Amino acid sequence: MKSPLLSYTVKRTGSGLISLLLVSLLIFLGTALLPGDAAQALLGQNATPENLAALREQLGLNDPLVVRYLSWIGGILQGDMGISFSSKQPVLEILLPKLANSLILALAASLIAVPLAIFLGIVAALKQDSLVDRAISFLSMWLVSLPTFLTGYLLINFFAVRLGWLPSLSVLRSTADVNDWVAALIMPVAALVLVTIAHTMRLTRTAILSVMASDYILMADIKGLDRRRIILWHALPNALSPIVSISLLTVAYLMVGVVVVEVVFSYSGMGKLMVDAVSYRDLPLVQACGACFSFIFIFMNFLADFLCVVVNPRLREPKS
Amino acid sequence: MITRKNIGVLTSLIILAILGFCAIAAPLVSPFSPQEIVANPFQEPNGEFLLGADSIGRDLLSRTIYALRYTLGISLAVTLIACLFGTTLAITAALKGGWIDIILGRTVDAIMAIPQIIFALIALAAAGVSLWSLIAIMTVLEATLFYRILRASAGDIAAMDYIEISRLRGDSLSWNVFHEILPNLAPTLIAEFGMRFAFASLFISSLSFLGVGIQPPSADLGALVRENVLAISIGRFSPLAPAICIAVIAVSTNSVVDWFIRKYSIRGELS
Repeated sequence: MKSPLLSYTVKRTGSGLISLLLVSLLIFLGTALLPGDAAQALLGQNATPENLAALREQLGLNDPLVVRYLSWIGGILQGDMGISFSSKQPVLEILLPKLANSLILALAASLIAVPLAIFLGIVAALKQDSLVDRAISFLSMWLVSLPTFLTGYLLINFFAVRLGWLPSLSVLRSTADVNDWVAALIMPVAALVLVTIAHTMRLTRTAILSVMASDYILMADIKGLDRRRIILWHALPNALSPIVSISLLTVAYLMVGVVVVEVVFSYSGMGKLMVDAVSYRDLPLVQACGACFSFIFIFMNFLADFLCVVVNPRLREPKS
Repeated sequence: MITRKNIGVLTSLIILAILGFCAIAAPLVSPFSPQEIVANPFQEPNGEFLLGADSIGRDLLSRTIYALRYTLGISLAVTLIACLFGTTLAITAALKGGWIDIILGRTVDAIMAIPQIIFALIALAAAGVSLWSLIAIMTVLEATLFYRILRASAGDIAAMDYIEISRLRGDSLSWNVFHEILPNLAPTLIAEFGMRFAFASLFISSLSFLGVGIQPPSADLGALVRENVLAISIGRFSPLAPAICIAVIAVSTNSVVDWFIRKYSIRGELS
């Protein structure tokens, strides 16, 4: 191979595409193999045997599974995700604005959660076994064990009900300006940050500790280099690759974490949309939201692996 | 011996034992029936109703105690079944290798590529929300996690010399599994069991909170929070008691697991 990075990229893209394919199959089969079909759900009360049969033919429900799967995938690639059972509107039209809202929420949370968690993780690692380190690890054990909705409601209880600083529900009207957006986002973002930083902190701490335990750090120390130079010039470049991948995985977790947070704060995003769609059994909408969440999750994982290799040339050569 | 080091673990174990006892002995422990209307709607907590009452006047403490049965019972059942399936498949894959290993590995990868809550939501929409579909879906998710970690450990163990010797000695497969592999796998298995149990209790609570888990009139801890959202949004603290209960279950379980992992110095990720 001419370029190891190129060959890695091709391989990793291939395996990413395979997992996308498998996931799409799981999502399709999970919803296609069950009794009751789209025609029945769309017509509801108005179903007569004649128009049921006509709609089935029109939607292609009489075709073999393989054909249906391919046309489903083909539709998604062309931006056609079917018709929602409950609102009878195209799924894509319902989905896009909610997806944008969820992305805003997740990105805002990432901007705070990632630097904060990595900073705390590095502090905990550099002050290993100190009071600070133990305080951070105690805090992180509590944070991973708190149900997301408890964190959310505690925030509401204090900041909205008792202090009255913020609206308790993050409902955004179409006339919302920047101030409304900020007020609506603060608590959902805080809740998301609190539920995700614990894991990122732990991973960062472990990554830094494993680098600090290497022979070349010991060597630098014996040479008499000062501690700041050791950390900035010897430890950090080597810890960069795990930190980059930890950051991106955190963004992936945040993106999924929006589901419960959006329900707690009535924030109108894709997570709340999907939960509502599940209660109405609006399968096309559930499939579309599920596919969208999974795609983002798989893509972030891919990006994490990819950037990890970009910043760490040693990973480009296959281990022998 | 009670020392400073194990006081946390002992407290956690005692808390878990008390919660477990309350769940089993719910009819004896709870002051009222969980379904009966015994107080005014939104009754404030007082000496008679320690946590107050819900929107139609049912005693919240009694409902919380009964909810423990669902949360702990389902989490335990799901973790046990998933452990059984996951371990059996992992050991089979590690020993047999070949296409069984490849197919299982690929399936597990595909399931794990979907975020768990999203997988559960899609599956619940498809299968319909019921107690059995909930248990089945959670079992599949948990079994894949058991499989992944145990396949790795079992693979390491299967490559050890003593397994080779046991085979050469002509020991049967079952003897090999029960006397050589499982005992060496046990610490990993126990630690993983604890972590999966904590995860299951948080997961089912989240699903019930979202309204796609345990359905009324039954309620687990998550469903109780959902039922009392109105009281929470006007600033009541007592309806958060079920949610705090979930956190206490998870924290206690995790701290026992942490202690166990440190004691047996098991390597592996803490998730």
